[in-house]
Formats: sequence, structure tokens, C-alpha cells
Amino acid sequence: MPEMTYAEAIRSAMSEEMRQDERVFLFGEDIGRYGGAFGVSYGMLDEFGPERIKETPISEAAIIGAATGAAMVGMRPIAEMMFMDFILLALEQLANQAGKVRFMFGGKATVPMVIRMPAGSGTGAAAQHSQSLESLLIHIPGIKVVNPSTPYDAKGLLLSSIRDPNPVCFIEHKLLYKTKGEVPEEEYTIPLGKAEVKREGQDITVVAANIMVQRTFAAAEKLSAEGIEVEIVDPRTLRPLDVDTISESVRKTGRLLVVHEACKTGGWAGEVIASVGSSSAFDYLDAPMRRLAGKDIPIPYNRNLELAAVPQESDIEAEIRAIVNTKY
Amino acid sequence: MKVNETTGTSSDTNIKTRMKELGLSDDQLVEMFATMSKIRHFERMADRLYAAGKVHGTMHLSAGQEAVAVGLGLALEQDDYFLNHHRGHGHFIAKNADVNRMMAEFMGKDTGYCRGRGGSMHIADIEANNLGANGIVGGGLSLAVGVGLALQMQHKNQIVVVVFGDGAANEGIFHESMNMAALWKLPVLFVCENNQYGMSMHVNRATAKLPIAQRAEGYGIPWHYIDGNDLLLVYETMSAAVNQVREGQGPVFVETETYRYFGHSKSDRNLYRTKEEIDRWRELDPILRVRRALLENGILLEDQLDEIDQEALQVIEAAVEFAENSPEPDVSTVEEFVYA
Repeated sequence: MPEMTYAEAIRSAMSEEMRQDERVFLFGEDIGRYGGAFGVSYGMLDEFGPERIKETPISEAAIIGAATGAAMVGMRPIAEMMFMDFILLALEQLANQAGKVRFMFGGKATVPMVIRMPAGSGTGAAAQHSQSLESLLIHIPGIKVVNPSTPYDAKGLLLSSIRDPNPVCFIEHKLLYKTKGEVPEEEYTIPLGKAEVKREGQDITVVAANIMVQRTFAAAEKLSAEGIEVEIVDPRTLRPLDVDTISESVRKTGRLLVVHEACKTGGWAGEVIASVGSSSAFDYLDAPMRRLAGKDIPIPYNRNLELAAVPQESDIEAEIRAIVNTKY
Repeated sequence: MKVNETTGTSSDTNIKTRMKELGLSDDQLVEMFATMSKIRHFERMADRLYAAGKVHGTMHLSAGQEAVAVGLGLALEQDDYFLNHHRGHGHFIAKNADVNRMMAEFMGKDTGYCRGRGGSMHIADIEANNLGANGIVGGGLSLAVGVGLALQMQHKNQIVVVVFGDGAANEGIFHESMNMAALWKLPVLFVCENNQYGMSMHVNRATAKLPIAQRAEGYGIPWHYIDGNDLLLVYETMSAAVNQVREGQGPVFVETETYRYFGHSKSDRNLYRTKEEIDRWRELDPILRVRRALLENGILLEDQLDEIDQEALQVIEAAVEFAENSPEPDVSTVEEFVYA
């Protein structure tokens, strides 16, 4: 199986779908000759031309609003927010328009659109270019939220997202763009709303998505040498959330840690813990369910402060050890 | 770039000559009068139903603004796309919406256009390319840009019209949308229905420079500023604007000066305007003007006009009956329609 980077996998999904569906077009800032701020659409202008690699002025609200309007009349736009932080400029269009028109108009409007957005810290981009706002988005009915961790998942989930008849927020992580993984040549899709057990283990379930899967893997390998076997469940889609797969894992391990980069307060870990706590898995718990999340602060610029703001491999390792050593 | 600032030339005189110039028949003018009457009765009925405690939610009534709706409606093709904001009942009626389903929506019934999920503020008929009334001031502006972009990409001959108020012109999205539409020469007709007030805020207190339409010049968009209570002038301006947009020359901006008689919504106690002001505008009433013109030019007689008005009322009364006899949405379906 050929290797691809996360960025290449995303580009490959967009290009494949654009070749076979003329309704699909890419829509955003500096996505043409520049190739996007992170090079994800690099080269696509040459293949598809400026009509379908539609570069916009710096107008995030109008990008999301126009993508919504275009989707309502038969197009399938892939809108790009250069940084996830900028979706805050377009929340009106996302939450009040894209997410509501179907419901508010009695089920007759359809809004098949994808909004791709690079999230996360680690690049020294400071407070307004480093946020992880997925918890904000999952609170909006009518929107789906996808948060892929590997090149394989990114491609399969993006194809499903483009084909989905709903607005899908597709959250990428800046630090993952250059990571490599095996991606099949042939077309494949991964259903939205389906978690995957990324690593099997019997001692603790760690629910992690996006960049935190990689960090949890590294922690799990170290802990394995001590005889602690971590099961990693990657929800892949945060809304809809696959509570069944997570609960099933917790029934097996009896322990749960949820890790995310997003700020702790109001973060999606709370949603996972509440869901598991009210499922049949509750009776199987051997320790309190815990969450390890970004601190409740804006992302700082300084390298050391930035690293300290969000969970790192060593934090995950320590947290797992603490939970495994806890007894009721 | 063509800039056309038209001050309201009255259609009350020489109406026959103007109709001939516009290619309008007597029957068409009568039909327009009938539609305006239907809108007026719909709005009055809505107000009455609310006062009688038969309506659960809020509403924004457009009585006084009928000429804009009807003049625009006739200038459009039936398959042109349409978006609007608050105070949109009249536009939908002028675009041949079914008043039964509108009234049912207003009363929250399952037979309503949005199956009782939207109400007065969110009436839409997606199948008829009426993409809905927006409750967010200016919210439909960028959607219209997207519809225009899609129409351009699909090489369609339709256009999209977005109607918004003087208040919406002060939202940030107004700027982004105007720029994008002009930049790509999208088939979008921007219609600013200036009814003098954004809720209680008079346009003079809210807008640094008037008319609003002159802002279009900054984007290279041709603009018109007209008396929105002059039906034939509205029709003439809208027809020219629609043709220009349809020919692919990019967006056009039309601002129509008009007035609403009812308050902003059901919470309005009219504390911010005087009875004298309302009376002054009532003298410029768009329906009265058409009625007078029809009479004075011998197109219809007094009792024929009354008959049309009565027929319009009966249509609205029948709509109320339809709505009242319609079922409520089944509560077990409350979670439907969130996702496709």
C-alpha cells in the first residue's frame, strides 16, 4: 500500500471527488497558486482551473454563507477556513444558516457542504491561530463534526463528508499534515459516526481523536513495557458520536480516560463521559472516569508555555498510570 | 458604470402612456391591484388573528410596502430564486405562493410550508425556488451570493433576488456579500426595502450617508433609488434591473423608499413615531394610488374595485379556514428534519 501524508490524503480525496462529480468545488482563501496556507490544495489549480478552485477575498462570513447558498441549489462546496479560529467570523452563517435551514423549512432544504479547517497548537501561531473549537461546533444541531487522526482516516472520512447531504465540519490538525501513513490507491469511504478501536488493550480505554491519537499511542507503547495495556478508541466523528463502540470498550477495560486538545471546560470529553456514565458500561467501571484536556487558557506563543497548554505524551502517560492505579 | 438615481415620478398621471411604455395591459394592472389587496388583507388578518389569541409566535407585517413586492414579483420569472428577511409575507404572495400554506405556517400547522417549524419569520417554498425568509438581519445576503455563484457555475439563465431592509445594510455581511457578488459578476439582484425603520431605529439615526443605494457605487454595482410606493416605477426599475442581471452583467442594487404601517413586531407600542407621520405616509399608500389611477383612467369602476378587494379578503378568509382546520404537527416528529 502506498504511503501518503495526511495533507496528500486530503488532497487526494478532494481531487478524486472533483474528477467524478462536477458539483464539487473548493472555495476559500489562497487555495489556488499558493496552494492553501498549509499546502493542502497545492497543484489543484492546474488540474481543475480557477472556476472550481474558487479563490475568495478575505471574507469568512461570506465564504460560509455563499457555500451554504450554493449547496442549497445543487452544488457541493468544500469551503476552507485558513485556520479553524476563523470559523468564529462565520459562526452566524454556520449555526444560524447552514445548520438550521433544513429544519426551519420543514425538511425541504438540503445543505451538502464541507468546511475544512486546520486546528490546534504546536506551531507557535499563538492565541488566534491555534484553537481547537470542535466542542463549540458539536453543540450546534444540524452540523456534523469530523476529526480525523491518520492519512487513511482523513481520506475515507473526507470522501464520506463530501457525499453527505449535511453541513460537515472537517477538522484537520496542523501538526498532522506532514505525518505519513498507508493509504490505498483505490477509492474507499469511512462512514461518519463510526468509531474505531485503534489499539487493543484490557486495562484502560482512552478515547482520543486527531493529534491525541498519536500521542496516546506513544504513551501506550511505553506503558505496555510496564504491563499496562491501553485500548485506544478514536471516535473519528464527534457528532454524531459513536457511544456504543466507546461503551463496549469501557465494559471490557473498566476504566476511561478522554483526551483532547480543546479547552477542558465545556469540552467534548464531558459529553463522552456523560454518555458512558449513563450507559450500561457504568456498572463495569473500576475507577472514576477522567478527562485530560487543554488548559482553560488561550494558546500562548512561547514554545514551553505552548507545550504546557495542551496534553503531551508524558501527561497522557501520567494520567493513565494514575487511573490504572486508582481503586474504588 | 451606469448610475441611475431616479426620483419618484408619479404613476398617478398619464398612467395609460406609462403602461404602454412598459408593455403592461389593463388586465395586468388589475391583477397587480388584486395581489396588493391580497397582501394587505393577509397582513391585516395576521394582526387580527394575533389579537384574537390564535397565533403563538411573532410576525413582521408589511402592510404599506405592497408595491415593492408586487412590482418586483411581476418583473421576475417564476423559476428565479428568491430570498428575503423579516416582513416577507408580501414577497411570497407576489411570487404566487399558496396563501393557504402560508397561513397554515403562520398558525404553526403541519400543512404549512415548513410544517409548522418555521412560522411567519421563516416561510420558504424550496420547490418553488423561494429559499426562505431569514430571521437574522442580513443573513440571506451571503446565501444569495452562493446561489448566484451556483447559477453562474451551472450556466443557468435564472437569477437570484435578495430583499432586505435598511437595517440589514448596516450588518458586516452586507459588505462581504456586495463585494463578492460584484467581483464575480454574479446574477444577484439586491433589493433594499427601506421602510424607514430598523425596529425602532430611524434610518437617519442608523446610516451615516443616505441613500443606502449609493454604497453600491463603491463596489461598482449599478444602483437605483426610487419611490417604493409607486407601483409602475417599481415595476419599471425592477424589470430593467432583472434584465441587466440576467444578461450576465453582474449584480444590480435597487433601494425602494417605503413605509410599514404596523409596528415592528407584536411587542411594538409605536413609541418612536407619531400618528402624524403614519398619516402622512398613508396619503402615499401604494394601493390607494393604484386604485385611484385605475378609476381616473376609466379602467375599472368603483364597485369593480371593491369587488376585487372583497375577493382578496375572501381568499384570505378561506386561508384562515384552511389553517384552522389543519392538524398540528405530531409531537412525536419533533426531532425530524435536523439532518438529511
